Amino acid sequence: MSEIENKTEHGSMDGTKECAAGDPKNDTALGLGVIFFILAFLICFLSGWLLFPKLLYSKHEQPFDFDHALHVQETGDCESCHYLREDGTFSGIPETESCLDCHTDEPMGTTEDEAIFAAEYVAKGREVPWYVYAKQPDCVFFSHAAHITAAGMDCITCHGPIGESISSRPYEENRLTGYSRDIWGRNIWGIKKNTWDSMKMDDCAACHQEETGHKGYCFQCHK
Amino acid sequence: MKVDRRSFLGLGLGAVAGIAISPVGAKLTDDSSIWTQNWPWTPVPPDGKISYDQSVCTLCPGTCGIKVRKIDNRPVKIEGRDSFPVNNGGACLHGIAGIQYLYDPSRVKTPLKKNNGRFEPISWEDAISLLAKRLGKIRENQSPDTLACITDTDLGSVAGLFRHFMAAFGSPNHVTMPTLESWLALTAQTLHGSGHTLGFDLDNADFILSFGAGFIEGWGSPVACFKANASRKKRDAKLYQIEPRLSTTAAAADRWIPINPGTQADLAMAMCGILLQENLFDPEFATGFKGGLNRFNAMVQQKYPLEQVAATTGISAADIKKTAIAFAKAKMPVAIPGKGRGNGAQSLKEFAAVHTLNCLTGNINKKGGTFVKPVHNYLAFPDPVQDTVARKGRARKKIAASVQELVTKVNQSDEPVVDTLFVYNANPCYTLNEPMQAVKAFEKIPFVVSFSSFMDETALSSDMILPVSTFLERFEDVPSKAGLASSVVGLTSPVVDPVFNTRSPGDALIRLAKACGGTIAQSFEWDNYETCLKNLVPGIWKALSRDGYALVLQASPTGRVETDFAFLADNPPTIQLQGDFDLTLVPIDNMRVISTVPASSPFAIKTVSDRVIKNKDIFVEINPQTAKGFKNGGFVTLTTPAGSAKVRLDFNEGIMPGVIGMVEGLGHWFDNKYVSGKGVNVHELISPVIEPGSGLDAASGIKARISKA
Repeated sequence: MSEIENKTEHGSMDGTKECAAGDPKNDTALGLGVIFFILAFLICFLSGWLLFPKLLYSKHEQPFDFDHALHVQETGDCESCHYLREDGTFSGIPETESCLDCHTDEPMGTTEDEAIFAAEYVAKGREVPWYVYAKQPDCVFFSHAAHITAAGMDCITCHGPIGESISSRPYEENRLTGYSRDIWGRNIWGIKKNTWDSMKMDDCAACHQEETGHKGYCFQCHK
Repeated sequence: MKVDRRSFLGLGLGAVAGIAISPVGAKLTDDSSIWTQNWPWTPVPPDGKISYDQSVCTLCPGTCGIKVRKIDNRPVKIEGRDSFPVNNGGACLHGIAGIQYLYDPSRVKTPLKKNNGRFEPISWEDAISLLAKRLGKIRENQSPDTLACITDTDLGSVAGLFRHFMAAFGSPNHVTMPTLESWLALTAQTLHGSGHTLGFDLDNADFILSFGAGFIEGWGSPVACFKANASRKKRDAKLYQIEPRLSTTAAAADRWIPINPGTQADLAMAMCGILLQENLFDPEFATGFKGGLNRFNAMVQQKYPLEQVAATTGISAADIKKTAIAFAKAKMPVAIPGKGRGNGAQSLKEFAAVHTLNCLTGNINKKGGTFVKPVHNYLAFPDPVQDTVARKGRARKKIAASVQELVTKVNQSDEPVVDTLFVYNANPCYTLNEPMQAVKAFEKIPFVVSFSSFMDETALSSDMILPVSTFLERFEDVPSKAGLASSVVGLTSPVVDPVFNTRSPGDALIRLAKACGGTIAQSFEWDNYETCLKNLVPGIWKALSRDGYALVLQASPTGRVETDFAFLADNPPTIQLQGDFDLTLVPIDNMRVISTVPASSPFAIKTVSDRVIKNKDIFVEINPQTAKGFKNGGFVTLTTPAGSAKVRLDFNEGIMPGVIGMVEGLGHWFDNKYVSGKGVNVHELISPVIEPGSGLDAASGIKARISKA
């Protein structure tokens, strides 16, 4: 019988014998393997949870800080600036012109941010290039009128208590998709505690399911 | 301690396990799928300011008001216009796809002139001056009547400008394509005298007896008909559909009465006989009958006895009688003529006989009835300035009364009867029965000028193409027609600048007239078409420009009208289907396919069922009984006296045995990868048959057979 045949015939038996022998060299190798395993596991696990989100999103500061709480206090509600137009479209980010109902190119207060607004945008007649936290892809049709007027929803359901914020947090942009972090949500697993924690299609579908008994059809939003 | 293979294995496994229970995998999978949607070469329509423009759709005779949604200056969507008197917010699939026509691959982008069989671009100035020189020579030769003109209709200012040009030039040879409106006007003229047309108050009628009209398949003003049909149930209004196949209309009707193809006129005559015999006609309205009601009565009793008509039509005598009586006893009955969409080859005898049923019930010029309306006369054209050449030419005999006759005359004559031909918004080389005869005639005519937006069959057969702007790029008045009860004129307005080097047909004609000089230029003193239109409609321009439409008749006509039975009392012959084969081929009108001009949009073609067209093969409907020995879906050769074609069979128990139905509007052969080369043009398989009474083609079918392919 040749050596190969011999190995083939008794292959498993020989292997068992070799492993079961309790060779101290092998113990060391195995132990090192486990250590490497644990080390690699911990590095990757922690990177996945802690480093990955930091790498995935780039941060942009807004052109200047905006105090929502102050404006709500002054105007009384969200609708003074974010209103439905007569044709059913939504004003969304107000144009500089609508700010001029109250503001002039002379700041009303003393903050540096208002001074930037007055000098850079009001005086020069430019629109403020805000980063929009809730911006959805172009392929999505969304009607604020249908949700606010017809369904009677509150702004807070989707946008959260933004009206209470006193400063603008940095806008975080997904380096891969180009969309705002608010769409997927702060939680990297996409787990949400509040209705406004994420704004993905699944969130729309879940709410539609709950409120209307149906997730909705593709063409309702993807026209 | 030695780092060996196991250490690396441990490292690798640890890394995989660590990543696997971190969010990296799930998140990157989601993100990368979104990343693929945002590759820079994926087109994203630019954002901009939203606005809406109002206009009127001219894709069919429906006269629907539309609003066009625009982002900045780019039209992106067409919707029905609310409160418009015709469609009140509704729109059909062709209307909403209208924007595709702006960028249609077969659009003519610049004036073209054929040189040695190939089209070459030419400037507008050169095209107009070349044409003016040619026309000048015709007049120098004292033969202005050798200029002929074909337009889609004779209504509206654009058709009016062509008529005005022909009058100033000195030619009587202006013919129009056969449309539902032209058939209705001819019917009204035959029974009530010239200057009339018919409109049907289908929104209020409580009994609609349709002699094959595709009531919800494109007949009349489609959206208005959809709305009338949708409200039928609420109003408890009945619809009886008489045609050889279970069409969509028949399926939606209260009753479908299958009838042998081409025998509708006989049925209507027999029903008239029943109404007269049973004394079910309106005695008050009858006082306006002239031209021999008694003679007509005697003729129908003698020539259309019930049993004989039952045999001809395939409907039992009892059924005919029951239907006629139900119709006559309804409070607001309306009988509507016109098979399918009601355009193309139809029969005046059939239209007249069906309308006579309306006349006998007396439900004329009443709510829920048929209106005998004056033809729109809102256009104030000045008299054309004519010189001696024009007057002499104009006094000469017309070469032909119809497009079909013109084609025949040109083909039969050894001498060139037409030197130059204008064709506007018509495609006779595709829509006429035996359209290749039109192609042959166009080849024989020395110079054909097509005023067309698209390189269709007729444009391809021309010698020069003057590209006209589409309805989204120009002004035009659009009078309501096609059996609408209301008399409205809509205004088509440009919602976008011309995408290509095109002009409004009115502007092209005004420029041509000015280039011709002399009395022709004097007849066209307007600077451009917009000014011309304002001058032509002084009474309604204010309303047109403000509201986008104007009512020409403030109220529906009322009162008795005189009805002349002379035409029918002479019992004009019913057209017999040509050929000796056993089966009958009939064209089917499908709402999703346009059978006239323009051809269907790519969007519309995509909505056509797989049972009509699959890949490039057309299906014909046939009853399984008739198709014994053949396979459902199998290929066969369909042969008629006019030609043959390879088609696939679609077994359908909803079509009468012995009848084959083929959808019209397919089988185009111009260059358009979305619309052309699909199926067969049914008109290539049907030979024209001229009806003696009207002088028009009345062949709405032909004898056929099928054999193994």
